[in-house]
Amino acid sequence: MEFVFDNNIPIYIQLLDYLKIYLISGVFKSGEKLPSVREFATSFKVNPNTMQKALSELESMKLIYTERTNGKFVTEDKELIEKLKDEYALTLAKSYFQGMKRIGLGKAESIKYLERIDE
Amino acid sequence: MELLKINNLNKKFDDKYILKDINLTISNGKIIGLLGKNGAGKTTLIKIINDLLTPTSGEILIKGNKVGVETKKIISYLPERTYLNKQMKVKEILNYFADFYENFDIQKAKKLLEDLDLDINQNLSKMSKGMQEKVGLVLVMSREADLYILDEPLGGVDPATRDYILDTILSNFNENASVIISTHLISDIERILDEVIFIDNGSIAIHSNTDELRTKENASIDEIFRRMFKC
Repeated sequence: MEFVFDNNIPIYIQLLDYLKIYLISGVFKSGEKLPSVREFATSFKVNPNTMQKALSELESMKLIYTERTNGKFVTEDKELIEKLKDEYALTLAKSYFQGMKRIGLGKAESIKYLERIDE
Repeated sequence: MELLKINNLNKKFDDKYILKDINLTISNGKIIGLLGKNGAGKTTLIKIINDLLTPTSGEILIKGNKVGVETKKIISYLPERTYLNKQMKVKEILNYFADFYENFDIQKAKKLLEDLDLDINQNLSKMSKGMQEKVGLVLVMSREADLYILDEPLGGVDPATRDYILDTILSNFNENASVIISTHLISDIERILDEVIFIDNGSIAIHSNTDELRTKENASIDEIFRRMFKC
C-alpha cells in the first residue's frame, strides 16, 4: 500500500491515525505483537524517529504496550479498542455533518442523504 | 551526543559576510534539512564543515575533533557537482572508493546500484545526468560514516527516482549517524526530515524539529519557508 502524507499536518499525527485504523479494523488484533519501529518506518516510508513518536503517543494512550525485551504489543483490553472505534466513528460522523451544514443542510436532511447511498 | 558543534562561525569573502555568527548543534540519529534560497550560504557552510573552505573565525567540532584528516574519515560528503572522473567505468570508481575509504562497503554499493538498474560496466560519461547523480549518492551512502552531508542530491532526478533516493537515505541511515541534506526542493523531502534549518543571508533563521514547526505554524515546511522568504 502507498501511504500519502499531507505535509501541512505533522507526520506523526497522520501515522497515529493510520495506526488507530489498524487497531480498530483488526489488522493488528488485541494482544498481537507489532512490527518493530524500523519495520513500520520502512513500510510507511517515514523517518524512524517520527515513527517512534507516533508509537509512543499510542503507548501513552494505553493502546499498545512495550515488553522490555520482546517488543510492542496491542493492548489486551478489548474495551479500549471498542472505545477507540466509537470515538473514531463519531469524529467521522461529525465531520460529515459539518460538511453538510456548510452547504445549508440540517441533520435530518443529511441523514436522508446517507440513506440514499447504496453500500 | 553532539555529533557536530559549530560555535560563532563567520565567513567573509572580501568585506562581505557569507556566513554570520552561526551557532549550531547536531546530534546523532537525525535527518536534517538545510534549507535556504540560492546564495543563502548553504554550500559555503557545507564546504567549511568538510574542510574545503577555511572559516574567517569560529570553531567547528565533529565528535569533539576539529575539522581535518580525522573528521574527513567520518564524514561522507556528496558535493553539489561531481568530482568523479567521467571516463571511468562505475566498477572502476567502486574500486577507487574501496581503496580510498576504509569504511566503504563495496558489496552494499553493488547491491544499491543493482536495485537502481545501473550497469557497473558502463562509463560514467555514457550515463544521463540523473544516473550519474544516483551513482554519486550510492557511493556516498555506502560508506559507514557518522555524518552524511548531501548537497542538493535531488536536483537532476525525476520524481519517481527522487522517492527512491529518499527511501534509500531512510533505509540506510542508522541511529548512530546523522544526515544533512541541503536542498531548495522542500516539499519533496520534508516528510523524511527530523529537523529543519532555515538559512537566510548567511544566518540561521530557524532551527527546529519538523513536526513541532508544522504544529506551531499550522502549515507545511514548504509553506512556512515561502511565507518567510516570500518566494
